[in-house]
Amino acid sequence: MSSPLYDDYLRIQKRRLRIVSLTRLSVLILFLALWELAAEWRWIDPMLTSKPSQLWTSFRELAFEGSLFKHTWISGLETLVGIVISMLLGTAIAVLFWWSTFASKVLEPYIVVLNALPKVALGPIFYIWLGDRYSIYGMAVAISVIVTIIMVESGFREISKTKLKLMGSFGATRFQMLRMVLLPASVPHFIATLKVNVGLTLVGVVMGEFLSSKAGLGYLIIYGGQVFQMNLVMVSIMMLALLSVILYGIVNLLARYARKKYNHES
Amino acid sequence: MAQIELKDVGLSYFTLKQETEALRDINLSIKHGEFISIVGPSGCGKSTLLSLVSGMLKPTKGKVLIDGQEVSGTSPKVGYMLQHDHLFEWRDVLNNLLVGAEIRRMDRGKAKQKALELLERYGLGEFARHGPSQLSGGMRQRVALIRTLVAEPDILLLDEPFSALDYQTRLTLSEEVFHIIKDQGKTAVLVTHDLSEAISMADRVMVMSKRPSTISTVHTILFEEGDNLSPWKKREAGRYNHFFNAIWKELEEHVIPTV
Repeated sequence: MSSPLYDDYLRIQKRRLRIVSLTRLSVLILFLALWELAAEWRWIDPMLTSKPSQLWTSFRELAFEGSLFKHTWISGLETLVGIVISMLLGTAIAVLFWWSTFASKVLEPYIVVLNALPKVALGPIFYIWLGDRYSIYGMAVAISVIVTIIMVESGFREISKTKLKLMGSFGATRFQMLRMVLLPASVPHFIATLKVNVGLTLVGVVMGEFLSSKAGLGYLIIYGGQVFQMNLVMVSIMMLALLSVILYGIVNLLARYARKKYNHES
Repeated sequence: MAQIELKDVGLSYFTLKQETEALRDINLSIKHGEFISIVGPSGCGKSTLLSLVSGMLKPTKGKVLIDGQEVSGTSPKVGYMLQHDHLFEWRDVLNNLLVGAEIRRMDRGKAKQKALELLERYGLGEFARHGPSQLSGGMRQRVALIRTLVAEPDILLLDEPFSALDYQTRLTLSEEVFHIIKDQGKTAVLVTHDLSEAISMADRVMVMSKRPSTISTVHTILFEEGDNLSPWKKREAGRYNHFFNAIWKELEEHVIPTV
């Protein structure tokens, strides 16, 4: 049984939440309406800005034609593969740094430089080395792997030394410490890294597609720009937004599952 | 024969800036089934002494012997209990208890049976499938002790195991842990800041001097009320205050004067 005072409190909180979501939605509607009307009344030039109704038409055209979803699917797949590669590679390197203080000391300045280097500058190199298809993965991984290494490694460092001392007192080998403490204790850090990586890898994939590709949303955007089709550019950008929402949703589902399985308090 | 023996043990730490002599000329002999407390000013190397016995540190001088054999590396004969329980939150209580057995590749079925038996015996039977975060601080520390016991050590090293707990829990738990250790017939070495804990749990209390530390005196704790008193009874015994004051005075001399 809850007291009437508590009921009131809950009602007020619920109303606040509702107001926030309603306002959110109205902002979007207002923005779209203003855009449409401004283009309609020629305050702005629809050649340059397009307009929502036109976007909807071209979305349907592109979708029915079948190629829009194909391009979205390609970019999505590239992003997923990029994330998986940079998570595995980044974690492996972070483990190496933990395993060997020598390696971590030697390589530390290189990581700092690589982190600061704008990875886009490597585009032509990837293109020449990997070809137009695989250079996209190269770009995606280059952008996210360094951050992965840094984040996972700092996660390892947060694990208390005495937890490892406890393992040591039972005579644990370094591999046992890794398997029984470091990796399971780092699950929250893996999730946080994954969340950052969704954004970064998507940047890498689109950058890679800008530089060289025959398919994908980045390709559509560049192509649309070159033939001056703002509709195509904007529809592709919206699909990109949708893609990032979906990927982020997947990561959140994964996080919820991991939290349940590993019992970490959030 | 003594179960644990330290012969002229010395230990120095090296850093780039300096060399620190932590322990000097430690001679110590502990019999099977004995309960020893070690007290001393902070930073005097009490925990270092435990690390030497556990084999996690090597002495720079002298020898550490367990059952007459020189210690080289961690031994399954020794169990360590730390200030914090360090239960793994991604494992339930039962699986936490199996950590030591898992590391040492002991028979999992047997270890599990032993873990469940000990849980039941020490009043935690219903918590086997709970997460560590659902237990209170005192319960967690009891689980940590059982985790050590599941690995079947002969010797227990206790490194301030109660200092992170509130006073009330500390009194109850020290009483319980004392009975568990006696019940299991283990040799125990307890490092603590708490004089009353040291006196009430141990057969002998060793006082360490400041750095470079050595064992300055050993008090044999005997009461007229009889042997085998529980910690609670010892706190009430006649000579308890006598021991307390003697050790207190001695420690005061070792503390670096502040004026």
